[in-house]
Amino acid sequence: MGIAAQHIYKRFGDFVALDDVNLDVRSGELTALLGPSGGGKSTLLRIIGGLEDADSGSVIIDGVEATGVPAQRRNVGFVFQHYAAFKHLSVYRNVSFGLEIRKRSKAEIRNRVHELLELVHLDQFADRLPSQLSGGQRQRMALARALAVEPKVLLLDEPFGALDAKVRKELRDWLRRLHDEVHVTTVFVTHDQEEALEVSDSLVVINHGRIEQVGSPNELYDHPVNDFVMGFLGPVTELNGQLVRPHDIEVLSTDLTGSVQAKVHRLVRIGFEVRAELDAGDSQPWVQLTRGQADALELETGSVVWLRPSRDASTLVPQAGPPGAAAVNRTTVGP
Amino acid sequence: MSQAVAERPVRRPPRPGRPADQFRMSPLSSAGLGVAVLWLSILVLLPLAAVVAKGTGSGWAGFANAFTDSRAYDAIKLTVLASLGVSIANAVMGTVIAWVLVRDSFPGKRILEIVIDLPFALPTIVAGLVLLTLYGPNSAVAPDWQGTRPGIIVALLFVTLPFVVRTVEPVLLSLETDVEEAAASLGAGPFTTFRRIVLPAITPAVLSGSALAFGRAMGEYGSVVLISGQLEHKTEVASLYIYKQIQDDALPEAAATATVLLIISLLVMAAMGAGQYWSARRA
Repeated sequence: MGIAAQHIYKRFGDFVALDDVNLDVRSGELTALLGPSGGGKSTLLRIIGGLEDADSGSVIIDGVEATGVPAQRRNVGFVFQHYAAFKHLSVYRNVSFGLEIRKRSKAEIRNRVHELLELVHLDQFADRLPSQLSGGQRQRMALARALAVEPKVLLLDEPFGALDAKVRKELRDWLRRLHDEVHVTTVFVTHDQEEALEVSDSLVVINHGRIEQVGSPNELYDHPVNDFVMGFLGPVTELNGQLVRPHDIEVLSTDLTGSVQAKVHRLVRIGFEVRAELDAGDSQPWVQLTRGQADALELETGSVVWLRPSRDASTLVPQAGPPGAAAVNRTTVGP
Repeated sequence: MSQAVAERPVRRPPRPGRPADQFRMSPLSSAGLGVAVLWLSILVLLPLAAVVAKGTGSGWAGFANAFTDSRAYDAIKLTVLASLGVSIANAVMGTVIAWVLVRDSFPGKRILEIVIDLPFALPTIVAGLVLLTLYGPNSAVAPDWQGTRPGIIVALLFVTLPFVVRTVEPVLLSLETDVEEAAASLGAGPFTTFRRIVLPAITPAVLSGSALAFGRAMGEYGSVVLISGQLEHKTEVASLYIYKQIQDDALPEAAATATVLLIISLLVMAAMGAGQYWSARRA
């Protein structure tokens, strides 16, 4: 059940957008497709939604072969980055559009639309036009519109990409709670790793048309399979020939086993965190500390300290080959 | 849950034209308005007023003549009906052509773009000559339509072709395709999507283009004069009738007919403008 995309291949002219991609999305989960722009994640989503045809490969939605089925008959909810609001229709009529197409009774439509508008907190705006709503409200309307037809899966293409940071954060929390209420299989595309880590049950990292890694957010953060995934999911620095997260480096005032001597080159305080840029001979790592830690160590520019990866740190030896060479391509999403 | 999404709703923008704000203008825009009104008065309003004055100058007799004289009546009726027919045909075909130009790519598209504007570029009498060669008595490829109403319609269709195409094209270009994709994902087929999503968005542009085409057809002379054959009661359009009246020194009759044309044009333009306003408010 859920979604299965098998051996998807898609090119635009000479550009290979998707190169033999296999993806399984488990029913009822909230899955994020994460990657840099141009990596193929939106194309994959559009192929699942039937808005784009793959050159080869198949899509199975809820156990039913969907390859070649046009979008209008896939029963898939799609939410676009720029809302795709029907500008000449009221919020109510936007949401009821799919139900009217399905020729539901007036009473049924009214109940369903009001129920959905309540769910997205827009009930009092039912008679407004989309142009009279804020960006966040428009996107919630678009979400209600997509949910109205009770889709088998909900697909969101950079749904918060056009919103400002504060609204984006609010909507992100809200989407998570909404999903916990509605439980529809959901796939959303994002290039924001924080968004993906915070919201999703499982995460699919896509780059250069290939899936780099699939797993739970923690799995991917703690055990990235390659430099690309490690670098894309969070900050990375190099210590003693290893890649390590800057908050996973222990700063010691004495030389202990496995530590490397380093000299503080620069200290930057950003709110609650202190960033120390150091010079460790053959590498120039930076370390992320809390203010308390920095104070306890009496760090200042020029101090000599010893560095080593903390015990549970995830480290990676940088690969010589092209990024993504070790990509796992056939993986099931989820733990 | 509700405070998490407590963004401020966007307020309705205040409706323009409230008395308090209406006449507050900067010196620069006052000057601009003055120049615009002066320009419009000299070029448009004064001549129009002169025509109306002339038409009604000899009392209502001359004016009534435009209705009672069956030749004048036939000319006006032919002109109005032909113009309406041509605007409607243009509304449909112009939209189709604009759609093809915007949404499809095919070899020769650039050339087609230029060909569309040809009726604008060509002196109308040249167009008339071209049409006469093609649809005249000596044509090898088409029926002889000289002196027939189809001939007039063809000429009017030719000179008004670009209006709707050129007004609808930019609107179609600015339409986001994701809106149509959203409709498709909600279960709407291509026809439903066009009727319920695309059409409402382009209706103001279609109306405005049709209104321009109507106005042009009402006054068209050059392209019609040759092919129509100028048969009284049959293929004499209003502009031809007016011209002949002037030739016969019947200036008040000519002006009266012109005034009637003017009023009809204004009414039709106003109706289309109202339609435009109504549909634009919803788009």
